[in-house]
Amino acid sequence: MKYDTMQCEIIYRKQPAPGIHDWIVDAEDFAHAAKPGQFVHVLVPGKTLRRPISICDIDAENGTLRLVFQERGEGTAMLGQKRLGDFVDLLAPLGNGFELGDTSRRALFVGGGIGVPPLLAAARPFGQNATVILGFRNQESVILARDFALAGCRVFIATDDGSMGFHGTVADCARQYAAETDVLFACGPKPMLKALGALAEEQNIPAQFSLEERMACGVGACLGCACKILRDGKEVYGHVCKDGPVFDSRSIVWEE
Amino acid sequence: MADLKVTVAGVEFQNPLIAASGTFGFGHEYLEFFPLSTLGGISCKGITLKERAGNPPPRIAETPGGMLNAVGLQNPGVDTFMEKDLPWLSQQGTRIIANIAGNTPAEYCEMAERLSDTAVDMIELNISCPNVKQGGVHFGTSCAGVEDITAQVRRFCKKPLMVKLSPNVADIGDIAAAAESAGADAISLINTLTGMRIDIKTRRPILHNNTGGLSGPAVFPVAVRMVWQAAARVNIPVVGMGGISTWQDAVEMLLAGATALQIGTVFFSDPKAPLHILKGLNEYMQQNGISSVTELTGGIMPW
Repeated sequence: MKYDTMQCEIIYRKQPAPGIHDWIVDAEDFAHAAKPGQFVHVLVPGKTLRRPISICDIDAENGTLRLVFQERGEGTAMLGQKRLGDFVDLLAPLGNGFELGDTSRRALFVGGGIGVPPLLAAARPFGQNATVILGFRNQESVILARDFALAGCRVFIATDDGSMGFHGTVADCARQYAAETDVLFACGPKPMLKALGALAEEQNIPAQFSLEERMACGVGACLGCACKILRDGKEVYGHVCKDGPVFDSRSIVWEE
Repeated sequence: MADLKVTVAGVEFQNPLIAASGTFGFGHEYLEFFPLSTLGGISCKGITLKERAGNPPPRIAETPGGMLNAVGLQNPGVDTFMEKDLPWLSQQGTRIIANIAGNTPAEYCEMAERLSDTAVDMIELNISCPNVKQGGVHFGTSCAGVEDITAQVRRFCKKPLMVKLSPNVADIGDIAAAAESAGADAISLINTLTGMRIDIKTRRPILHNNTGGLSGPAVFPVAVRMVWQAAARVNIPVVGMGGISTWQDAVEMLLAGATALQIGTVFFSDPKAPLHILKGLNEYMQQNGISSVTELTGGIMPW
């Protein structure tokens, strides 16, 4: 199986921050097949499009996936109404995950807001070799910090309003750790990734970024989720669902 | 098992379900869900003479009961299609329809001529794409335009020729008749309805192309009406599409006058939709004593 649809039971749910949902779903086949950085495409009954949600954590032993998502509109709000024991129709696992490589390297993980969840499964194998910088609007919005700490990672928080941790952007915070970084993994808003891309380039650090885009099929057929990338030195529209969502930072063409 | 076979312009399809162009790529991605021989046919992603990059993102916006797209015919070009995709596709046990779009009549003709010597079973003339600046829908919104492009391509096309019609017209019956009179062997409809969404925070259209094509269940009643009106005006087969999501929709579209059906947007929510639709269609036919699906075509009893 590369990917498939399956009805998965929600076996744990909580709301760790306003508008944020944290689920564990029973999805044995997907948990065995999934890689950090891949995503699931969730059916919202009655809606024309599924909602892509990154895989936060993978427990192959217990056959579960953890999904942490934000209510952004009507569809994700409807998903937020799901109760413990409800089933969700997932199309998974989709996309290419992070290429973790040698996990004894010193890795820097940088997440902004709802870009934080996909980094957890990727940081876990690095354990104490991982430095994790998580950026949020304010203290109230902080999620998953404890989970990264429990995985053995060194965790720093940055907030836009300074209500917790570093007062400023994660990109500014990341600069302080660049000298001790062998590889960079990041997910978050485009301006954040663009700044980190410049930092990675300047410091000559290999970097992998997870992108998002409005998406339809999720499997590479409809060509909806276009993003400009370099392929064989040429600018082309790649697709987040099939070519990504994780891209080598040097292949991303930043626009605007 | 009821007889699901249908014939469109001399081409026999093992069942009336055809994947609609643009939603299904060249089929590779959906092999994970079902063998492509599950489908009667595949209308391939619209191809152009030269490779096309497509439109900048965002290309997708959800709407009540549907979605807008403005992909802009991103495709690898007819050469790559013929060299890489077609040899594989023609081994999949399903009918292959090449959907072609040009900037000029000459481009349509050149593609039709070259594809005439390949394994494709049918050519679908895309004169209804709302998302490209040149060509596309401009050929498809007047009777004179439809007649002219159809007649020109007809001279170069040795395969059965199906003309895909735009719903963005005043009288679909007139357009259908124009395609028939110019030599089309079949017509397919509807392509997407031009639509638009605006982000009220940024005041920008959600789609980078500003406008896009509306598809999904929201357009289904419009599609049924247009298929009914078009079928009443022509003697060539009509392939009905536009928001078909369930087996009930499929029956409805057949009754309106369609000989075969295309399904597209439903793949995005239910990638196994063909399995579900075919199962329901088969059961409906058995329960109602219908031995051949062709009996449903045009079976509507209008008031």
